[in-house]
Amino acid sequence: MSIGKGDGAQAGGTGASPASAGGGTPGGGPRGPGSRIEFRLDATSGVPTYLQLVHQVEHALRLGYLKRGDQLPKVRDVVASLAINPNTVLKAYRDLEVKGLAAGRPGQGTFIQATLGQVALPELAGLHKSLLGWLTTADSAGLDEDGIVALFTSALRDFYERRGGTGDRRGAASGETEGVA
Amino acid sequence: MIMNIIETSGLGKRYGGTWALRECTLAIPAGHVAALVGPNGAGKTTLLNLAVGLAEPSAGGITVLGGLPAGSPAALDGIAFVAQDTPLYKNLSAADMLHLTRNLNRRFDQHYAETRLGELGIPLHRKAGKMSGGQQAQLALTLALARRPKLLVLDEPVAMLDPVARHDFMATVLTAMADDGVSVVLSSHVLAELERVADYLILLSRGRVQVAGEVDGLLASHRMLTGPTTEADKYAERPVVHVQRGGAQTHLLVRATADDPVPPSWEAHPVDLEELAMAYLREPGAGALPGPSRGRGTQPSEVTR
Repeated sequence: MSIGKGDGAQAGGTGASPASAGGGTPGGGPRGPGSRIEFRLDATSGVPTYLQLVHQVEHALRLGYLKRGDQLPKVRDVVASLAINPNTVLKAYRDLEVKGLAAGRPGQGTFIQATLGQVALPELAGLHKSLLGWLTTADSAGLDEDGIVALFTSALRDFYERRGGTGDRRGAASGETEGVA
Repeated sequence: MIMNIIETSGLGKRYGGTWALRECTLAIPAGHVAALVGPNGAGKTTLLNLAVGLAEPSAGGITVLGGLPAGSPAALDGIAFVAQDTPLYKNLSAADMLHLTRNLNRRFDQHYAETRLGELGIPLHRKAGKMSGGQQAQLALTLALARRPKLLVLDEPVAMLDPVARHDFMATVLTAMADDGVSVVLSSHVLAELERVADYLILLSRGRVQVAGEVDGLLASHRMLTGPTTEADKYAERPVVHVQRGGAQTHLLVRATADDPVPPSWEAHPVDLEELAMAYLREPGAGALPGPSRGRGTQPSEVTR
């Protein structure tokens, strides 16, 4: 936590990862039985490795790829597939435990304990669809990917500023605990 | 409980009239992957050779595995070492190498070795000289790990390997760490890949220890400041490790935490391990030996330039 690469870097990392959790998820050949996600690393993001793992779990939780009771990949399997230090994986899992999102069961592994999805899956699918519609409009208006991201980010900020909320702090503790309960 | 896997005090090694290593005082805690980084000739191999008992100190002392004299039988029993060029007998088959290693050591896990080679797809009858570089490295590593060491010492383990072989080699090392709690000390000059692997860093320069500490702590105590070059010289509040001066804009790598104030018109960014190591390597005079857990009075604890 004290490492914190700064809010900017974190937001960048989260924004860059949508492909990740989606990619390796449904039946994508996870290593251990029961692990529903497969981690990947972005060497160029500048986000510390353990935070990348934390973000990918949170991301999968938001999108419903991970549910309460699901087992996170075993430390050994993550180490073997990514060639990263086991202490890094432990640190990520400890971080998720501190956030109340996961819990370790002695001798078994680490399991999801809470969800981040504030919205039910069918609704999520509906929102996804309407967003695709908007993207089509933006695309035909001539916006490229960077333009779309910039526009979306600025609109998002406007939205939360107008509401007086803390919009750019997605997944801040308060929002999470709400979702948890 | 907090065992030091390698501990040195005023350690020095002289070859002829040249000190390859001097005044080296270190305490590397167990349970880490400690990376020994430095330019060629900095003393990395010398330090590793002293730790595994292949060389005798000219000054000072070195113990391993929580206080055992380096090179003593008990120490040798708990340490496995893979030297720089992964030396193997080129005319011996993998099976012969297993046989040889088993007979030269008190402890050797034949089952582990055979299983591991099977997983790697290395046939037991193949001669070492006929194997790819990656396979040779994996065979040497398998022989080392089959001795079930508490400490695995690797001298430039991946320097000669292609990226895939490098990944697979480190995956084997780190899996052994996850499975059996093996501590690892390795030397490397492939800085870019250390971030994922190492959680303890030792920077050696010209035979001396320049930086030593846990990676998390080192990263948290350094920041990159970016601001106008005209004000670069005024900045003296925090120790500056390295200055990268441009016409208009200057980057200063300083010892500061996220909580330290940033001067007006300057921006602070976190640093990664590669930036940190590079900055110190470019400034052999600078040093950071935080180690609050160690109480040795001889260590400089502030940066000097």
